[in-house]
Amino acid sequence: MSKVLNFTIDGVICMAEKGQTILNAATANKIYIPTLCNLPGLKPRGSCRVCNVKVNGKFLTACTTPVAEGMEIENNSEDIIDIRKSIIELLLVEGNHYCPYCEKSGNCDLQAIAYKYNIPAPRFPYQFPDRDIEATNGKLLKDHNRCILCKRCIRGIKDEDGKSIFAFKRRGHKVIINIDTRLSANMTDEMAQEAMDICPVGAIIKKEIGFKVPIGERKYDKEPIGSDIEEIKATTI
Amino acid sequence: MKKDVKSIIAKYNKDETRLMDILIDIQDSLGFISPEAIDVISEDLNLSHVDVEQTISFYHFFSMTPLGKYNIYLNNSAVANMMGCAEVAKVFEEEAGSKFGEVSKDGQLGMFYTSCIGMNDQEPAAIINGMVFTRLTKFRAREIISDIKAGKNVEEMYVASYGDGANSNQLIKSVVSNNIRKIGPILSPKAEYGSALKKIIKLSPDEIIDEVKLSNIRGRGGAGFPTGLKWEFCRKAPGDRKYIFCNADEGEPGTFKDRVLLTERPKRLLEGMAIAGYAVGAEEGIIYLRYEYKYLEEYLENVIREAREANFLGKDICKKKGFNFDVRIQFGAGAYVCGEESALIESAEGKRGEPRDRPPFPVEKGYLNKPTIVNNVETLSSVTQIINNGGEWYRSFGTRESTGTKVLSVSGDCLHPGVYEVEWGFSVNDILDLVGTMGDVQAVQVGGPSGRCIAPYDFNRILGYEDLATGGSLIIIGKQRDLLKDIVLNFMDFFVEESCGSCTPCRSLSVIYRDKLKKILKGRGVQKDLDDMYAWRHIMKGNRCGLGQTALNPILTTLRNFPELYEARIQKNKTFDEGFDIHSALKDSFEITGRKSF
Ligand SMILES: Cc1cc2nc3c(=O)[nH]c(=O)nc-3n(C[C@H](O)[C@H](O)[C@H](O)COP(=O)(O)O)c2cc1C
Ligand code: SF4
Ligand code: SF4
Repeated sequence: MSKVLNFTIDGVICMAEKGQTILNAATANKIYIPTLCNLPGLKPRGSCRVCNVKVNGKFLTACTTPVAEGMEIENNSEDIIDIRKSIIELLLVEGNHYCPYCEKSGNCDLQAIAYKYNIPAPRFPYQFPDRDIEATNGKLLKDHNRCILCKRCIRGIKDEDGKSIFAFKRRGHKVIINIDTRLSANMTDEMAQEAMDICPVGAIIKKEIGFKVPIGERKYDKEPIGSDIEEIKATTI
Repeated sequence: MKKDVKSIIAKYNKDETRLMDILIDIQDSLGFISPEAIDVISEDLNLSHVDVEQTISFYHFFSMTPLGKYNIYLNNSAVANMMGCAEVAKVFEEEAGSKFGEVSKDGQLGMFYTSCIGMNDQEPAAIINGMVFTRLTKFRAREIISDIKAGKNVEEMYVASYGDGANSNQLIKSVVSNNIRKIGPILSPKAEYGSALKKIIKLSPDEIIDEVKLSNIRGRGGAGFPTGLKWEFCRKAPGDRKYIFCNADEGEPGTFKDRVLLTERPKRLLEGMAIAGYAVGAEEGIIYLRYEYKYLEEYLENVIREAREANFLGKDICKKKGFNFDVRIQFGAGAYVCGEESALIESAEGKRGEPRDRPPFPVEKGYLNKPTIVNNVETLSSVTQIINNGGEWYRSFGTRESTGTKVLSVSGDCLHPGVYEVEWGFSVNDILDLVGTMGDVQAVQVGGPSGRCIAPYDFNRILGYEDLATGGSLIIIGKQRDLLKDIVLNFMDFFVEESCGSCTPCRSLSVIYRDKLKKILKGRGVQKDLDDMYAWRHIMKGNRCGLGQTALNPILTTLRNFPELYEARIQKNKTFDEGFDIHSALKDSFEITGRKSF
């Protein structure tokens, strides 16, 4: 049996296994911590910073930090909520997100968290960046306008030799996702679907099918994000 | 071409963790990293194309398109601008007939701006085909372009005599000056090479760590972590191999003291690295050296060779059985964030220099996932002197909380820019007296752009971890400067350019702050812009590394210490201004259509 650690989240007494991340331990204790770049099964990367929690006055990403015995974690304090909202708002203004015509609307984690956190409009000025749409690949459409640079595609989609099909290019606010032309040309339909599903937003779209499930009947149209985790089904924050 | 690339890759044993070296060598021999070269690399290292491009496109000095036969990298940091870089750039452009940021049509000359190259005490400065040119003037710029047009070797373009000290060494031959203005125990030429090593072979690793702890020295790279404690963690961490990294990335604009230590006291550094190796049980040391200092390569390689010959590196050092330690140099390729210790490790492993999430810390899982120490050049050099003279001796310098001395890099509007080794506890006023000011001082930037900009009422504050902690850069800013435009905007551009781009706030909010500052400088700002900049400052605490956590400091510290400068530039009669200028946005269209705006 692995060792059990005791810790608290917003005063609620919780238990974790040694080595478990704050995020996984919170989920096991039915407490929701929002995430965007994290996906169970992929190596956590702490990129989006939405899962920031506060421990001992320090901000840490829940997806990468292991629980320690006696940790007192703040998940709902005012400054945490503010940082999370800011990050969602920054993601909304740094790209071009046109939810009404997006194939991912209703299945989009960014949109769902924005609803959950009750964000009517971002506080920051829209950047209206000039970004490309790449449609050269036979199976996929890559819309850089909607990419939130979470690296899920980089970490999750590999070819049969384990090589990356997606990678970062450049740095800073000029960073974009680069798709390997050769490797992506050999993608199967299943892989293309997987890539679309792995993307939390509508930046990777599988070609040729659209709006199969009508808007209104999609995942987050029914229940707010995190409902499957939360014990007490809070709606918005 | 293919054969060249293949042999370079073979030289590094087809090891993907040596991708940086492979790319540097290819760039050096081909002039750029071509798509065909990327093909060969990805094939031989079994990586995808985009993986290789991910590393290449991260670094400023790599190029996927052909560069010129000659390439001028002109520093356009704040101090370079203070010293006249813009005028020099203008002459370069006029004489060459091409612009910065491009390669001339005939492929002869590429001209690019670059951030601080560690020559702040001798600006304007540029790197031309790897050689450093300092104290450029309009006249020199004209000469250089005419030499380039005449097809001269870069070596033939030097007109001044070589710099002081080892800069004139046959293996350096550079016009760079050391400008050492005040010597203390770390810069002191006293102490024979190897004396500390001869001492430690009689001691146990724990005794060495105790001595370092006794000295109370803290890391000199900026973060100030207690060195003895770091070593102890690494010593205790389980691992079959351990590594010692010397952080010689020196990227913080305004810092150049590590360059001087590397030029004048490289043996002291090598000795410090070997001591660290002995103390924690590491046999390999790596100096991560910024690409801008490549002109020191042959010289440093030779010092390392001599150290091996003297049995101060290599096997059974000082005849002590089992004391094995060797050092190699790993070059970066132009990325400030690679000075952050975990990004440095990523870079040394051949990847984009993106900081890691901690825990685990490098002392537990660092280079190749093995326990690793990363220490600054000055920290390691200081340890050698601590071993030579004792921790108690070291504590006799400085203050209670900040023991020892600090090697400062002073530049800007002062009479004697250069390197000063002072005891901790000197006030900013003391430093100003020491370096000699010219006219009134408006502000001092302590600790580079990521540090703080202080006003004269703070000049009695002291340098030390208990007050003004600093990695050692002091930039003196005279009254005649437009602080917000010349300094703060330049620093914000720097952070926007240098963010690795991973964390949302760092990547995105620094751009928003920079743009707000630009709006204020254009006279379009309102009170709300200042309120916003104040209100949003906490968001950056959510970033992964020190770059993002401090990237707003240029604005935040001037907003606090010089509020009047901002207030004087905002519109008092307006509460809202979207900052969008419809007249200028439509200018082209009006010209084409011949219509006039309202
Ligand atoms: C963005 C960034 C850049 C840094 N650059 C340097 C550098 O150029 N040189 C350095 O020694 N430390 C630099 N540091 C600090 C290192 O992360 C690390 O703390 C230091 O190398 C540890 O050595 P020390 O304990 O001897 O200071 C930087 C940190 C950050 C966040
Ligand atoms: S394409 Fe999608 S999965 Fe990939 S980084 Fe962008 S948002 Fe994330
Ligand atoms: S804070 Fe900035 S530089 Fe540091 S890891 Fe995050 S994005 Fe990269």
